[in-house]
Amino acid sequence: MTAELSMTLAILLPLIGGGIILAVGRSPNLREAVTIVTSLLLFADIFWLAQSGVVGSNPTMTWAEPIQGLTIAFTLEPLGLLFAIIASTLWVLTSLYSIGYMRANKELKQTRFYTCFAVAISATMGIALAGNLLTLFIFYEALTISTYPLVTHKGTLEARNAGRIYLGILIGTSISFLLFAIIWTWNIAGTLDFVKGGILEGHIEGPFVGLLLGMYVFGIGKAALMPVHRWLPAAMVAPTPVSALLHAVAVVKAGVFSVLKIAVYIFGVGFLADTGVSIWLAYVAAATILIASIIAMTKDNLKARLAYSTISQLSYVILGAMLATGIGVIGSGMHIAMHAVGKITLFFCAGAIYTALHKTEISDMDGIGRLMPWTMGAFFIGALSIIGLPPLGGAWSKWYLALGAAEADQLILIAVLMISSLLNVAYLLPIPARAFFLPLKDEPSLENLDGVAAPKVTRREAPLIMVIPLCLTALGCLFLFAYAGAIYDLLAPLAG
Amino acid sequence: MIPVHLPVLQIVVPLLSAPLVALIGSRKLSYWIALIVSISAFAMSADLLLAVLSSGPISYALGGWAAPWGIEYRIDMLNGFVLLVVSGMGAFTMMFARQSVAAEIPDRHQALFYACYLLCLTGLLGVTITGDLFNVFVFLEISSLSSYVLISLGKDRRALTAAYNYLILGTIGATFIVISIGLLYMVTGTLNMADMAKLLPDLRGNSVVLAGFAFFIVGVSLKLALFPLHIWLPNAYTYAPSVVTIFLAATATKVSIYVLLRFVFSVFGTDFSFNVVPLGEILMGLAIAGMFIASTAAIFQDNAKRMLAYSSVAQVGYIILGISLATPEGVGAGILHLFNHAIIKGGLFMALACVFFRTGSVMISDMRGLGHSMPWTMAAFVAGGLSIIGVPLTAGFISKWYLISAAFDLGLWWVGLLILLSSLLAVIYIWRIVETAYFNVSDEGTVEKLVDQEAPLSMLLTLWALVALNVWFGIDTSLTADIANAIGVYLTGGGA
Repeated sequence: MTAELSMTLAILLPLIGGGIILAVGRSPNLREAVTIVTSLLLFADIFWLAQSGVVGSNPTMTWAEPIQGLTIAFTLEPLGLLFAIIASTLWVLTSLYSIGYMRANKELKQTRFYTCFAVAISATMGIALAGNLLTLFIFYEALTISTYPLVTHKGTLEARNAGRIYLGILIGTSISFLLFAIIWTWNIAGTLDFVKGGILEGHIEGPFVGLLLGMYVFGIGKAALMPVHRWLPAAMVAPTPVSALLHAVAVVKAGVFSVLKIAVYIFGVGFLADTGVSIWLAYVAAATILIASIIAMTKDNLKARLAYSTISQLSYVILGAMLATGIGVIGSGMHIAMHAVGKITLFFCAGAIYTALHKTEISDMDGIGRLMPWTMGAFFIGALSIIGLPPLGGAWSKWYLALGAAEADQLILIAVLMISSLLNVAYLLPIPARAFFLPLKDEPSLENLDGVAAPKVTRREAPLIMVIPLCLTALGCLFLFAYAGAIYDLLAPLAG
Repeated sequence: MIPVHLPVLQIVVPLLSAPLVALIGSRKLSYWIALIVSISAFAMSADLLLAVLSSGPISYALGGWAAPWGIEYRIDMLNGFVLLVVSGMGAFTMMFARQSVAAEIPDRHQALFYACYLLCLTGLLGVTITGDLFNVFVFLEISSLSSYVLISLGKDRRALTAAYNYLILGTIGATFIVISIGLLYMVTGTLNMADMAKLLPDLRGNSVVLAGFAFFIVGVSLKLALFPLHIWLPNAYTYAPSVVTIFLAATATKVSIYVLLRFVFSVFGTDFSFNVVPLGEILMGLAIAGMFIASTAAIFQDNAKRMLAYSSVAQVGYIILGISLATPEGVGAGILHLFNHAIIKGGLFMALACVFFRTGSVMISDMRGLGHSMPWTMAAFVAGGLSIIGVPLTAGFISKWYLISAAFDLGLWWVGLLILLSSLLAVIYIWRIVETAYFNVSDEGTVEKLVDQEAPLSMLLTLWALVALNVWFGIDTSLTADIANAIGVYLTGGGA
């Protein structure tokens, strides 16, 4: 097993798995087995890649040369490895969760769901391993296209309209801004490779640097920087497993990952710091953090609140990238991991609540802690991680982001981070608090999933296959607190 | 080495097979003759192109009469390439055609249909291969007259008026061309293009030459459907039989663009065409107008064929835009898109032909749920649509990249931005069909009954062969981009 083979497998395994899923779609159990096996194989592959330590030598591989001088090439480097680890690990858990969710809610068109999921993961791996901007762009667009059927899964009018916003914003920004910025970069730098220290130094100066950077950051619509954020709440119309992995982990993380990669490997941290052009974007990110948090507080729909929370948290990563300091970059990378695990826990819980109790609005969720102690317990842990309190992982990433802001002399941004934590408390903690400490709102229609009414209020979690993943991700938040050091060591070369 | 008479055989074989088919008059046999002739024409074109690429331009004197008195067939990289496009799309169309023609053309006319098709093929190949200006006119008229007949054979009664409209406008265009040829002959005394290219530089200030140039440009612009001289195209493509639309959309405008290229670059030369006459600015302005106005018109069409027809006008705009840049990169990008668009549009119209074959309608509102009843056909349509939009890993993306790159090389970043913005219009009109086909729910909320009828296997195979080519040329561009760029250098660098 060489590094190149491992990287090739990382992209091809989910793709082949998706093809097999499509072929065996008629036998649900076989199909589900293929999904699980594929996700486990991918996890094993990435695990091998991680523990082999080859990331230090940046192995590369090239697939084709579609344009003279530009190749479809892949390079393994710390950020990409971290992203790949997160995505592959969480795919295993999400596969288990989705099986439970899709069957319990008797969703239609499940084969298409699992197929597109696998293709989307393949695209995510392509983004994680991309060695130049062309490759990144190819898989970025592939991710948009492959997640469209997932977002519009329900096939209703609402889903179709949400799909229009989703596709419209993501393709609109990627074609008008991102592709423009990429070709502009190609034109002035003569290369699109990701190189430590950036490729733009000396080729561009003055206000154009800020303009180019802005085109990149707004062109990467998946990073959900305001005002190109509207697709995220619109995409909540999708089934919760889609929201959980793709929109808490894969799609949005691909966005901020791309922003971070461009900041570090196309512009270069030093170049950005010297020119100081990224600070205006740091402030846009700060504004997004605060505004999205405030909007989150006004939302009664749980998934909508979590969506705006995600928008806010993504801007943490953008903020860290735009601070143009080494420690800020590490904080951003770390936050990609911390937020992913925390947010997926929250979405898993939202799906479990819907599956078990058919509740979607927070105001209906008083007292459900008695019915679903494990779920709400996990929710509480996930919420603490998002808020950024020890002993959960989110504390570390916030810490390093604050250090980055300090190093960049942007004390206002430290204040923004602190205020944001308070806002997070305001919109997240009431949910488990009300669930545990308030009495049940009304006698809910507590039929079993078979339709038989239960005699009295009794514990009723979602199916075990859904509850186990969400407990595991909650434990993950604790685990990451202890092992943040490993992430720090992995990302340290970026700070140089 | 090629057989000595291969250039003339390229014309003679289809030319003689036309009356043969008409005389034999058998429906089945005429199809097979047409198919064999088309494939052998393609083989001859491939052979000629390979010969040109390895040993330079080929010159053939018709009847042994030497140029400039005799008619000369002259094949260089440019028309070798275009010959390949025309004969290739002819072969694909014939491979597809049998059942479609049998369904749409009345039995008693089918032999004549194939005869006219062969004449059209002859005409288009003849325009491309000849080195004599009047010969261009003769073959242009042959191809045009036969295409008027082919279009009029459409099932819809409006096909007659569409053909008549095209006849009038096409004849005006051809008349302008022949007036120009007359004027130029009067002044230079020769009809041979290479010879004329040598004589013209001495006649620079001559107003007759300028008049001839202007007449020719207007005449050929009408033939290639440059905005605003495109009026004949939407109706002609819409009401023609499906197979005719496939063939004409892929070849007719391309050949006229070739004529423009030959005239502007080989006969008159870059200096005269772009410095003395402001052709670059004129073409660029009209091309950009066409891109936006035609794309916008496409969005509002209810007939899918008409939508793609307007899309073709816009795509011709892209090609002309590339040519108007008058740099090796720009002209190369234009020629690349000439090739790519033939494949893309051919594939899209083929998918619509499959739809029409099964459902009898190409109205978008009748396509509800087609994604489920004709999955392979619609998947092919989506693939073609993504290529028109310019999503990576398709041929359309490569064209767009080179085009925008060429604009950037000249510092015309705003042209690049306009190209990208017009791609967004393509997203809208393509996605309308995608939504209608895959979402069963109409705005009133009713669910359409699904009829399970996929297109016949032979049609699907040809269709998917084109889709595969589309993707292939999005990844491996050594046949297309490398040759196109070499042609760009050759045309802008030297004369005939």
